[in-house]
Order: sequence, then C-alpha cells, then structure tokens
Amino acid sequence: MSPLLEARGIGKTYGSVIALRDVSTVVNAGEVTCVLGDNGAGKSTLIKVLAGVHRHDSGELLVGGSAVTFSSPREALDQGIATVYQDLAVVPLMSVWRNFFLGSEPTVGFGPFRFLDRKQGRRVTRTALADMGIDLRDVEQPVGTLSGGERQCVAIARAVHFGAKVLILDEPTAALGVKQAGVVLKYVAQARDRGLGVVLITHNPHHAYPVGDRFLLLKRGRALGTYEKSQISLEELTRQMAGGAELEALAHELRGADE
Amino acid sequence: MTSRSDTPELSALPDDRVGSARLLDRLVLRPEIGALLGAVLVFAFFSVATERFLSTGGVATWLDDASTLGIMAVAVALLMIGGEFDLSAGVMTASTALVTAILATRLGWNVWLALLASLAFALAVGALNGWLVLRTGLPSFIVTLGTFLALQGLNLGVTRLVTGSVQVSGMRSADGYSSAGYLFASTFTLGGTAFYVSILWWVLVTVVAATVLLRTRFGNWIFAVGGSPLSSRAVGVPVLRTKVLLFMTTAGAAWLVGSINILRFTSVQANQGIGLEFQYIIAAVIGGCLLTGGFGSAVGAAIGALIFGMARQGIVYANWNSDWFQLFLGVMLLAAVLVNNALRRRAERVRR
Ligand SMILES: Nc1ncnc2c1ncn2[C@@H]1O[C@H](COP(=O)(O)OP(=O)(O)OP(=O)(O)O)[C@@H](O)[C@H]1O
Ligand SMILES: [Mg+2]
Repeated sequence: MSPLLEARGIGKTYGSVIALRDVSTVVNAGEVTCVLGDNGAGKSTLIKVLAGVHRHDSGELLVGGSAVTFSSPREALDQGIATVYQDLAVVPLMSVWRNFFLGSEPTVGFGPFRFLDRKQGRRVTRTALADMGIDLRDVEQPVGTLSGGERQCVAIARAVHFGAKVLILDEPTAALGVKQAGVVLKYVAQARDRGLGVVLITHNPHHAYPVGDRFLLLKRGRALGTYEKSQISLEELTRQMAGGAELEALAHELRGADE
Repeated sequence: MTSRSDTPELSALPDDRVGSARLLDRLVLRPEIGALLGAVLVFAFFSVATERFLSTGGVATWLDDASTLGIMAVAVALLMIGGEFDLSAGVMTASTALVTAILATRLGWNVWLALLASLAFALAVGALNGWLVLRTGLPSFIVTLGTFLALQGLNLGVTRLVTGSVQVSGMRSADGYSSAGYLFASTFTLGGTAFYVSILWWVLVTVVAATVLLRTRFGNWIFAVGGSPLSSRAVGVPVLRTKVLLFMTTAGAAWLVGSINILRFTSVQANQGIGLEFQYIIAAVIGGCLLTGGFGSAVGAAIGALIFGMARQGIVYANWNSDWFQLFLGVMLLAAVLVNNALRRRAERVRR
C-alpha cells in the first residue's frame, strides 16, 4: 500500500534563501512522523509545502501514490490534509463552535435563504470534542478564552471530525506547560489510533519520542537523517538534536563514501 | 506497534472553574450593549430636558437624521468587522448622486436607468477598492484615502465640466422621477406625522445586515477574515472574495444613500459627503466595532447612528450651540473605545 503522503526530494527557496533542499519523508496511516530541527531549519517551510500554503520548487509530492501540486490550502484540505498551526489555528474572538465549523459551516434552507444551523453546530462541536475526551464548559465562549492546550485540542478535534487523513501539527506543544503539552500529545496519539497519519513538528525530543514512529531531523534546510523508532533511542535523538548530529555528519563526510 | 503504550498518561483535568458570572460574561460579549445603554441615556436626557424631543414631529426629525447615517454605519460596521476601512464611503454618497443626476438631467436618461448605472459605478469602485487593498497588501486606510481624493476630484471636475457650476439640479423634471422618488424619498404618515421612507430603508438594511452577520456562512467569514485572515485562509475561507464583497457592500450602501438624497433634494452639490466617512466609523465604533476587526455588530452600528441623530437634534431643541455636539461626540467616542477595549480584553484574554 502506498503511503498517505510522501515527499520526494522536496526543495523550496524564498528568493535567494534556500529553505529546503532535497528533503524526503513518508506519512503512513496510523503512524506519527516527527520533524525535528533547530530554529530556521525549515520545519515550517516543509509543512507549508505539505499543506498547500507554498508550492515546492523541486521534487515531488505524492498523495496516495500520485503526484500533486497544491495551489491553496483548500486543495490540500480537499485531499484530506489538515494542518494545525501554533498561532493561527483559530480565530480568538470567535466562539468555539464557530471556529470548529469555520470554512465548513452546516446550513439549513436553500438559495438565498440558507442559514447557519447553529443548533446542529453547537451539538456536533460538543460531541466531537467529547469524543476526543475534551470537556468544554460552553461552546459559545470565544476560543481566545481557552488555554493554549485547549485551543490546540479544538483544532485537532476539528481536523479529525472533518475526515482528515493526514494531520499536520506545527509545534503544538511549543508554548505549553508540561501538563498541557501532555494533554495535547494524548490527543495526537488518539488521532493516530483512529488511523490518521500525523506529522508532528517540534523542537523537543521528549515530546516527539513517546508518540513518534519515525523521526526526520532537519538542519539548515537539509535532512540529517530519517530514523524509525526502533533505530534510535531517546538519548541518541536528544544528542543529535543538540548538535551531535552535525559532528557526526561531518565525520561521515570525512570518512568518505566507503560506508 | 510498541509505541502505543508510551503515550503520556496525563489526562485533561475536569474543569472546575465554571463561574456564576457566566450570564454576565455572555451579556458583556454582546458588542451592542454599551451603545444601547448610551442610547437610553441620551434619549432620557433630551426627553426630560426639551419639550419637542418626544413630540412626533421631533421623533420623525431625529429618526430621519439617523437614517441615512445609519444605513452607512451598518455597512461600514460589516467592513470594519471584516478588518478594513473605507474612507471613500462619504464622498461616494455624492459621487453616486452626481452620476444619477448628470445622466438623468443632462443626458435625458430615465431615472431608473440612471440609478442602475450609478449602482454599477458604485459596485465597480467598491470592487476596485477591495481588489487594490488585497492585491497590494497595503492598509485599506491608505488605499481608500487615495480613492477618496480621486473621487472628490472627479466629483468637482466632472460636475464643473458638465454644468459649468458645482451643482447638478433639475431632477424633478426627469423621466421616472416620481416613481423612483416614491421608493427612495417619499414619506409615510404615522400618528398624523410624516416620516421619511429612508427610516424604513435604515431598518431594512440593519435587519438584513444583522441576519447575514449572525446567521449565514458569509457572516461567519466576515468575523473570521477580520479576526485572523491567515487562520481563515488556512481553513479554506475565501478571504479575498469576502473582503471584496464587503467593500462592494459599503459602496452599494453609499449608492442607496446617494439615491435617497438626490431624489429628496432633487439637486446635489459636488463637494457633498466629505467628512461623513468619519461619522460612519464613529457610529460603528460607538456600536461596538473594534478598530482592529473581528468584533462588532450591525445592530450596534444602527444604534450608534441613532445616538448621533438624537444628540444632534436634541441639542438643537435644547437651544444649545451646535458646538456642544462636537464635544458630546468626542466624549462618546472615547467612552466607546474604552468600553470596547475592555470588552475585547475580556473576550480574548489569553490563558496559557
Ligand atoms: N516567507 C519567507 N520569506 C523568506 N524567507 C523565509 C520565509 N519563511 C521562512 N524563511 C526562511 O527559511 C528558513 C526556514 O524557515 P522555517 O520557518 O521553515 O524554519 P523552522 O524550522 O520552522 O524554524 P522555527 O523552529 O523557528 O519555527 C529560515 O532561514 C527563514 O528565515
Ligand atoms: Mg516554524
């Protein structure tokens, strides 16, 4: 079976800045692919290509085995690829249920008399959130009044509810405390257990390791390596993140191609 | 796969912060509450302070004063909720009236045809405003300031070219004047007093705008593109189409007001409408719109216009100098901005 989403030798430049060079990865159903790297490594650029925000300049993007180029996030969404961004996942001043349905609002009536089905909207939001184990007091409250973790959870629940096959999360735990990060990771695992392919971007190997199945390490736009979970320990992952990987790559290059 | 069991076992703690102040929170989140309170105060004050304010003639006068301002304030409120401004809205009320008048009186067009042509003109300028703002990514404040100046120049230049003066008059003798006048500028009698039909237009525009805003997908998108254009785009909301339609709505409202004016007064000055754009914005802000977008109310903006009308006429009835109106306006605006700001902080207070 072909993977849900596959990147082959993706490259992306912003003017003269080379943000990504020859990066490959796969996302399988029911698995979490983690993308790790330092600031400016190109993590966000990679997922923006996957999500249809930017178009890649070279390489191939495959959905279910066939090559695609997205010209808008809507096209990616229509292919079942949903993205949750750290800061722009929601509209803070809008209510929870309006955010939940934003862009896919339920309506009743026809023609010019098509109105929002608010009752349905509230009910579905409440049950969808409850299914993910999120218990909100009031789906009419503005999303901005939720905690950072709760907001991430709403965005994740939304993606799951609207039938996403691939869920991309850009640093969902970056601004969260230990407990909140744990809650978000729990929902990541839950989405995975429902058969979604998840791409999790993070700085933090301690967040990535418990839920990840595959780890892609980026450095200055290049892939330092891809590891299956069985191939790497948390200690090793941490060491590589901390710069050990660069030394290793250097050593690898010095040793030449005889390996 | 072994990794399943490695999932962190932390669970979402049940929330025990349910406050008893929830109803208050809900109320406070209605953007028009402040304006409603203000309107009640102004109404009570002038009802007591002056005799004529509560007479049917008085009511008809301040409702009429509020009506054309209210039509524009409601449209401008939608645009502001969508995160944009339109400084050309005031001048546009004159431009549309001029187009209608010149076509009807100089070229001998039927008034209805002239009205259709000026509507097309207004929608085209609105679309251009929106397209320029979104294509260039410049603040709409600057782009529509350009349109404002351009329209002002056009109004004067073209009028002078066509008529040799700075006004166009003679609508009364144009074809179709009476039927069009009936729709836009007639009066209806209630309790022995004549009320202008513009008041009904104002109510209609407010009801339609409030329904669209709160009950339709498009309304949802207005809040979304004003609150966070990037998030909106990411979840598939057509940001460009939504905003361009909002600019066109504002221009369309300006056409309605321009048509009401030209058919009522039968003549139009080329320099009319300048400065009104700020009154629209002020009424929208008094009605609960945030200058930063994403929050506000159509009903609130209509109430904002009502406060305007009541205060402007009430000051006349009280025999005060109209200078006091400016002072009142300034105080109202500051109070509204402070209240809105507090409300917003309450609504989006971000907890980590
Ligand atoms: N729109 C843009 N225009 C120009 N350069 C950009 C743009 N977006 C990103 N870059 C550059 O591309 C490189 C990769 O950026 P990217 O945002 O993908 O990094 P990141 O790994 O997500 O970093 P962080 O951990 O800080 O989020 C950086 O050097 C950045 O300056
Ligand atoms: Mg990033």
